[in-house]
Amino acid sequence: MPTRTIAGATVDVNDEGFFTEPEQWNEDIATELAAESGIDELTPDHWKVLEFMRSEYFEKGTGPTVRVLGKTSGVTVKELYQLFPKGPAKMAAKIAGIPKPRGCI
Amino acid sequence: MGDTIEKVSIIISKGSLDGIYPGLIMANGARAEGIDANLFFTFFGLDAIHQKRHDHIKISTVGNPGLHLATWAGGLPGVSSVMTHYMEHKMEALDIPSIPEFVEMIADTGAGLYACKASVDLFGLSEDDLIEQAREIITVGEFYDMAAGGEIIFT
Repeated sequence: MPTRTIAGATVDVNDEGFFTEPEQWNEDIATELAAESGIDELTPDHWKVLEFMRSEYFEKGTGPTVRVLGKTSGVTVKELYQLFPKGPAKMAAKIAGIPKPRGCI
Repeated sequence: MGDTIEKVSIIISKGSLDGIYPGLIMANGARAEGIDANLFFTFFGLDAIHQKRHDHIKISTVGNPGLHLATWAGGLPGVSSVMTHYMEHKMEALDIPSIPEFVEMIADTGAGLYACKASVDLFGLSEDDLIEQAREIITVGEFYDMAAGGEIIFT
């Protein structure tokens, strides 16, 4: 399993760069990963989504899909795509330090 | 072309429940992955963006061997409605949105929804008959211009 160093920490990731050990994540890591994906600054709305994704992951064992995010995170689908233009499912999960959600919808 | 897909243009040409959902799922899934997506509704697929019809899409029970119904049974009055109801029930349990809700959500993802001009003319429709999220009525030529450089998926 590959590892990489982000914000001074060595973390386990898969081939696509998603965390395999979400406990290794911290906020500095998120900020650096966001910058890598073209998000210069994580706004309170970004954090709201990231925290929601992490809590869903720890509760259910899998990250939420965009539909679930739009229905329950308090951020609409439209806003999600503005916050994470390269695809909320993929981009937000990566920054949130959780494995890629596997839902189809 | 690299090993990633940057853009998909999905044509929805059928007006049955089983004809519409796959294209919607592919479009929505593309956007979730950060892939640009356009949907082009043609022929009976137009019903998916027809204001009065998109909430009444039915599963085809005649000539649909996948249902494993006897051919004669599929054509009985009400069978299509019952099967549609059953399917909708199962989808709801899996939290799959209804067609109107799904189409709206896909529009919110930033995907473009377009109606085929030939079909709109054929059915005597106008923009007023379509849901507000349908951006434009376009010709097949305009569709190809829009699809240039990406993948085209026909459903």
